[in-house]
Amino acid sequence: MQQAATASVGTIPRPARRSSSLGDTIFAAACTAAGGFVLLLLGGIIVELFLGGLPAFRTFGIPFLWSTEWDPVTEVFGAGVSIYGTIITAVLAILLAVPLAFGVAFYLTELAPIWLRRPVGTAVELLAAVPSIIYGMWGFFLIAPIMAQYVQPFMIDSVGTWPVIGFLFEGPPFGTGIFTAALILAIMILPFIAATMRDVFEQVPPVFKESAYGLGCTTWEVMKGVVLPYTRISVAGGIMLGLGRALGETMAVTFVIGNANRITTTLFGPGNTIASVIALEFGESEIGSLKLSALLALGFILFVLSFIVLALSRFLLRSRLKA
Amino acid sequence: MSTTFQASSGPTKDAAVAAALGRSRKRSDLILRVLSYGATAIGLVLLASILVTLFAKGFGAMNLSVFTEVTRPPGSNGGLLNAMVGSLIQVGLATIIGTPIGMLVGTYLAEYARGSAFGNVVRFVSDILLSAPSILVGLFVYQLLVLPFGGFSGWAGVAALAIIIIPVVVRTTEDMLALIPNTLREAVIGLGAPKWKMIVTVCWRAAISGIITGVLLGVARIAGETAPLLFTSLGNNAWSTDLTAPMPSLPITIYSYAGSPFQDWIELAWAGALIITLAVLILNILARSVLRK
Amino acid sequence: MSTTSESAMNDAAPPATQSFGGMQARSEAVINTTSRISVRNLDFFYGANKALKAINLELPDRQVTGMIGPSGCGKSTLLRVLNRMYSLYPGQRAEGEVMMDGRNMIAAEVDLNELRSKVGMVFQKPTPFPMTIYENIAFGIRLHEKLSKSEMDDRIEWALTRAAIWGEVKDRLQSSAMGLSGGQQQRLCIARTIAVRPEVILFDEPTSALDPISTLKIEELIDELKRDFTICIVTHNMQQAARCADQVAFFYLGELVEVAPASQLFTAPREKRTQEYITGRFG
Repeated sequence: MQQAATASVGTIPRPARRSSSLGDTIFAAACTAAGGFVLLLLGGIIVELFLGGLPAFRTFGIPFLWSTEWDPVTEVFGAGVSIYGTIITAVLAILLAVPLAFGVAFYLTELAPIWLRRPVGTAVELLAAVPSIIYGMWGFFLIAPIMAQYVQPFMIDSVGTWPVIGFLFEGPPFGTGIFTAALILAIMILPFIAATMRDVFEQVPPVFKESAYGLGCTTWEVMKGVVLPYTRISVAGGIMLGLGRALGETMAVTFVIGNANRITTTLFGPGNTIASVIALEFGESEIGSLKLSALLALGFILFVLSFIVLALSRFLLRSRLKA
Repeated sequence: MSTTFQASSGPTKDAAVAAALGRSRKRSDLILRVLSYGATAIGLVLLASILVTLFAKGFGAMNLSVFTEVTRPPGSNGGLLNAMVGSLIQVGLATIIGTPIGMLVGTYLAEYARGSAFGNVVRFVSDILLSAPSILVGLFVYQLLVLPFGGFSGWAGVAALAIIIIPVVVRTTEDMLALIPNTLREAVIGLGAPKWKMIVTVCWRAAISGIITGVLLGVARIAGETAPLLFTSLGNNAWSTDLTAPMPSLPITIYSYAGSPFQDWIELAWAGALIITLAVLILNILARSVLRK
Repeated sequence: MSTTSESAMNDAAPPATQSFGGMQARSEAVINTTSRISVRNLDFFYGANKALKAINLELPDRQVTGMIGPSGCGKSTLLRVLNRMYSLYPGQRAEGEVMMDGRNMIAAEVDLNELRSKVGMVFQKPTPFPMTIYENIAFGIRLHEKLSKSEMDDRIEWALTRAAIWGEVKDRLQSSAMGLSGGQQQRLCIARTIAVRPEVILFDEPTSALDPISTLKIEELIDELKRDFTICIVTHNMQQAARCADQVAFFYLGELVEVAPASQLFTAPREKRTQEYITGRFG
């Protein structure tokens, strides 16, 4: 090949070179256009959701955000209950998932024998690959009955009698409800948070860990004293990523949250989230109806919520991205 | 040099205190280790529980007719053939459409837009799309393709899934291209090759296993997506390969069957759930093994 | 356990010749008056790869031992044996004896945290922890001692003073340690190490990431610290070894070729390989 090229140096026709610069122009343009297309997609989502929701925003105004009514008969809609449900399930899921994810990441980076790290890490990551609808079925047919029979009665009798937070764990043990939805969400976001934590923990230069060990630290003290302080911003970013995922999760939540348009003080009560309302009510709304517009308005609100959280996550993780 | 030892001439290093501290420190170390083992065990048990549940409930329902019969009314021995074919068509087309776009975007970010403001915006937006709620993509496509064109269609489902796979491919393509050392690029350019040829023949080839991994992971992701299909291809209980009409898909069929009151439908849903989960997990493991080579 | 601080207090007098000073300070209950650590017949393995071969070396009490040799000769490896840093990594193991206070420190049952509180280490690159200057020093102390607020303040001032950085940081103890210059960070790390009051301090090429002026400050500091601590320093820089060390050990290909007082090793080495190395023939 090379010999042939050298031999024919003098005979390479000029047009060939010109076409290669034309090729460069076309290829660069295609790449740039594809980049622009991604922007258009996001812009399109924002605009379409907003335009679709505009009739509802116009009709109900700003109070749409906190109104708790949802009555298709009288055509009065409010986002209050589902926004509340979205945030409470997502935050509760984070509270449940973060300690678990930290334990997994601590195990995978500091405690596990080398040969176990990859298989265990892969297994945890596979939790993230299981489709949402499978979590829904598993949650509905397996976890909800266990919650109703064992976990919730136990918690009602124990934590439910505590002062201050007791009221959160009262009421009949339905099995489904806010708490179960949050639990399933926690399991679903666990691998995302754990994987981010593991990755950032691994980026702490060994010499820093060694200098902490050199002072006589135990493994836990190295984690608490050096690794966590080093990585706290990225860890927060990983948690935000999990929160962003939890906010918009649809199918799993739809199966287990109980789907009731009311705000209950007990975590065992039923509720709904923006995503579950859209998934369930969409089929029953007519084209051009105010209800459909209200659902699109809910979609717009969910988009804004997730955008803020995901943008924050990415901002916090930027140092990791640069590395 | 004020080598004053007043400070140290106070309490000398007390062996008893140090030993007591050491014991309590070791105890907390042990407790945290045990908790960490426990957290990992919980994670693994959960995965096992999902798989065991799927096998326990889905394996019994698995028989030949699941793969040979289309969906039928309850009690008439239907299968999932049309749902599986519908899923294959939609996922396949979405992958064929989404992969080149994703690769071009990833290439733009890695080869053309390092450090440029527009590139940073594209990267940011792509990462947002990667984690954005997929149900909103469904609503978007509904507004864009379903409403104006008079109804739910296979194409709308394809579009929604393609939008979801693009950012997955973007991320891996950019990451993989970024791993290629600049010296390799300089060597190719030094031979007088134009940049596009350098990218297509050398960079893409060097990054191919990573890109394939990204595509496989993307396929695994969209194969299980349910929410965006609710508003786009809707589902269809009959045999249909017409992309302009509502199209069946495995996740949608699972969703409607699992929520139904009919025992045989629920069992079919479990069989479908087992099929889809195995497919997705195998794709994931395959993707990882490609990358390791 | 308390010999270090006792001897530290006695050390207001200028350091006499090392052996006399050492004997006087620790006249009671110390088994080995001249050698703080004795390495005997030590082999070290990275997996199947033997990185140290039958090393015998005495670290004299409150003297500076310099370790020199070309890259990969095993000098840093030996340093990491002395405080068992290698135990963090599976597949690395040592065989032989590292005797300190009558115990073999590479035995499996040794309490690593306690060992490391006695054998501190300063690394090649400064490793300030991402917290305030004050907290950086307090971090190590809290591991081993319970001090009141005022005792802690005193100890921190003492450590920073000994590390010759007190004047530069006393007004900014509550600001982040990451804002210090490289040389200051390294002296902070030295302060953090001595705040735990170890008996031995290991320096692993402590100035290789620093400018000449910061290097000079660290070298002066080492000279000053040897009045209280037994010091072992790995360096690539032969002038540094000549300036800082009382005795120098030359390593080559995992073997300890020669160990001698610094003046002798650099002027009249016994071994041909030492001669070749210090005259720049290889390495």
